[in-house]
Amino acid sequence: MSDNTVTFKIDGVEVRASADKTIIQAADEAGIYIPRLCYLKELPPGGHCRVCTVKVNGRPVNACTYPVAEGIIVENDTEELNTLRRNLIEMLFVEGNHFCPSCEASGRCELQALAYRLGLLAPQMPYLNPQRELDATHPDIYLDRNRCVVCGRCVRASIYLDKKNVFGFENRGIKMKISVNSNDGLRDTNLTKDDEAMKVCPTGSLVIKRQAYLTPVGSRPYDKEPIGSEIEKKKCS
Amino acid sequence: MSAKSEKKIVINPVTRIEGHAKVTILLDDKGKVKHARLHVIEFRGFERFVQGRFYWEAPTIVQRLCGICPVSHHLCAAKATDVIVGAKKLTPTAEKMRRLMHYGQTLQSHALHFFHLCSPDLLFGFDAPVEQRNVIGVIKADPETAKKAVLLRKYGQEVIRFTAGKRIHGTGAIPGGINKNLSTEERDILAKDIDIILQWCIEALELCKKVVKSKLDFFLKFGAFDSNHLSIVREDGCLDLYDGLLRAKTADGKIICDKVKPEDYLDYIAEEVRPWSYMKFPFIRSLGKEKGWYRVGPLSRINNCDFIDTPIAEKERQELMSLTKGKPINASMAYHWARMIELVHSAEKIKELLSDPELQGTELITQGKRQKRGVAWIEAPRGTLFHHYEINDNDQIVLANLIVSTTNNNEPMNKVVEVLARDYLEGKSEKEITEGLLNHIEVGIRAYDPCLSCATHALGQMPLHVQLYDHNGALLDEAIR
Ligand code: SF4
Ligand code: FES
Repeated sequence: MSDNTVTFKIDGVEVRASADKTIIQAADEAGIYIPRLCYLKELPPGGHCRVCTVKVNGRPVNACTYPVAEGIIVENDTEELNTLRRNLIEMLFVEGNHFCPSCEASGRCELQALAYRLGLLAPQMPYLNPQRELDATHPDIYLDRNRCVVCGRCVRASIYLDKKNVFGFENRGIKMKISVNSNDGLRDTNLTKDDEAMKVCPTGSLVIKRQAYLTPVGSRPYDKEPIGSEIEKKKCS
Repeated sequence: MSAKSEKKIVINPVTRIEGHAKVTILLDDKGKVKHARLHVIEFRGFERFVQGRFYWEAPTIVQRLCGICPVSHHLCAAKATDVIVGAKKLTPTAEKMRRLMHYGQTLQSHALHFFHLCSPDLLFGFDAPVEQRNVIGVIKADPETAKKAVLLRKYGQEVIRFTAGKRIHGTGAIPGGINKNLSTEERDILAKDIDIILQWCIEALELCKKVVKSKLDFFLKFGAFDSNHLSIVREDGCLDLYDGLLRAKTADGKIICDKVKPEDYLDYIAEEVRPWSYMKFPFIRSLGKEKGWYRVGPLSRINNCDFIDTPIAEKERQELMSLTKGKPINASMAYHWARMIELVHSAEKIKELLSDPELQGTELITQGKRQKRGVAWIEAPRGTLFHHYEINDNDQIVLANLIVSTTNNNEPMNKVVEVLARDYLEGKSEKEITEGLLNHIEVGIRAYDPCLSCATHALGQMPLHVQLYDHNGALLDEAIR
């Protein structure tokens, strides 16, 4: 073993990883799924959503930003943490306007898939029914803030992968929303439908136009297996 | 004012119709029925709801108008978006998949209506106690028939699932086509049972005919009134539930308009708003508001078409039409008979399609020159359904106009209540809402298989309530059930 390898435990399972990894990266490699929403392995972590919360030596941390360390004890798939995650997802549902049955992202939406995986059937919290803007000005793309969970993936993808900086955040807390760096909506940006930013949205918020419902129900990504299965499969192989 | 002299009749929940409404009956100074109104209480505008949404979302959003015939809305909206994406002619696979979906929907909807909503009336008589005259009563009296009814519905839902992806609120039809074909496994599952399904449909038709024929005069007179009839028919005059051109006939069979294209519908049809109802009143422009109202649905379709392209249904059509020597039938109760002919027709069509290899084709979508306006229609189980959308440069819907089947039948449903109330109260000195009157009104409205929640573009249920008013507007009697 080289020096920079550490050994630690996730839910009692021994995991080895190089010391420069985050907990979520190490878990992914070991075939252990830690639920997440704003994290995407191609992007630097954002640490926004807290869905990836795990406990390290009893203390809650973001698995997507917290580095591994020798001998740490990580709790992940526990009743307490899954309840916390379920509550976070539930809040995201009631804070936005998510109408899954007619949404074109249904079946590939990570928010919906997390709700299923975590056993959130119908939100109990009151719906806030906010007024949110839909930006349809771009000929090939739309941004429907009703479905945005302000994960910031598009912000990071545009900066780090596309080197463009099309998106940003406005306001804070529950009022936080995704904004576009232009005075005239998406049409006035250099965003194109081939940008990496167009591949990262976990919901049906930032979407290429005229591609809806091409995949029949039954063949969509999460119709077949729950979110996280692709990671867990690594463990078996 | 004495309580007696100021009676008014109110029937509120017409049970066993999909959604509920309120009926008021107004008497003239001689105590005769002046008019009756079917009020629909709840309102939620879907036309507003889709404004600002993208045209490709229309087929999945508007199907939520209705829990009973979502497929009709799904397909009609998809047909309107075909126009928008410039798909003048769909690929054979797309068109046939959609047709299959539609016949599956018609099969399950007609089967549901007949067994759950109408057969209790037919089997036990209109005046049988409500406790018996319901689907539980049918199950008790004839468990075999009840079982077949459940399986027929299930079969229709399977057809929908294999074409739309889900039994309810699927996504199969998309602008310019369909998102899947029928796999050979799916085809084989459906083909395995289609013969028995067709057989059961024929049995249901026979059962309906037997009851109606046993009291033919009564059924032909019950809630009968003359009206125009409107439906789409295939270009050659054949019955076609999925596509065609608009035809309207008078009560005695004269053509009012024919071969009307969907994009011209506004030149022929207008909608009147009456202050007391959320449901609009459509009429044929050339005849005006007074005379231009019409019936739609199974009876109007059978009346309007020249023939049916499936053999059993065609033979049955001829038999039904022979009752009036080929002239349109204007009896409300003939809806049930016509509906059962369509049930058989749908099964025959499904059978025909299942042996068509084009359902396994892989060309699913076509497109052409983008349009800003899309109008389409379809014959939903309950009648002609119109969808009209206009979009802006950003692909967003800026205008939506839907005329749903039950709205098209709005005036006829008012008429049937009026006719039945008049017949029932005729010569009776006590103007009150008896159990018998309630029953008759209920049975009459139900012949039109109304889906009232959908007709006001609302979600959820509406209770019905009947009120009887004298000519001074005083409430004489009221009943809610
Ligand atoms: S638009 Fe999509 S990717 Fe961007 S912040 Fe919202 S949910 Fe995340
Ligand atoms: S995935 Fe770690 S905070 Fe969102």
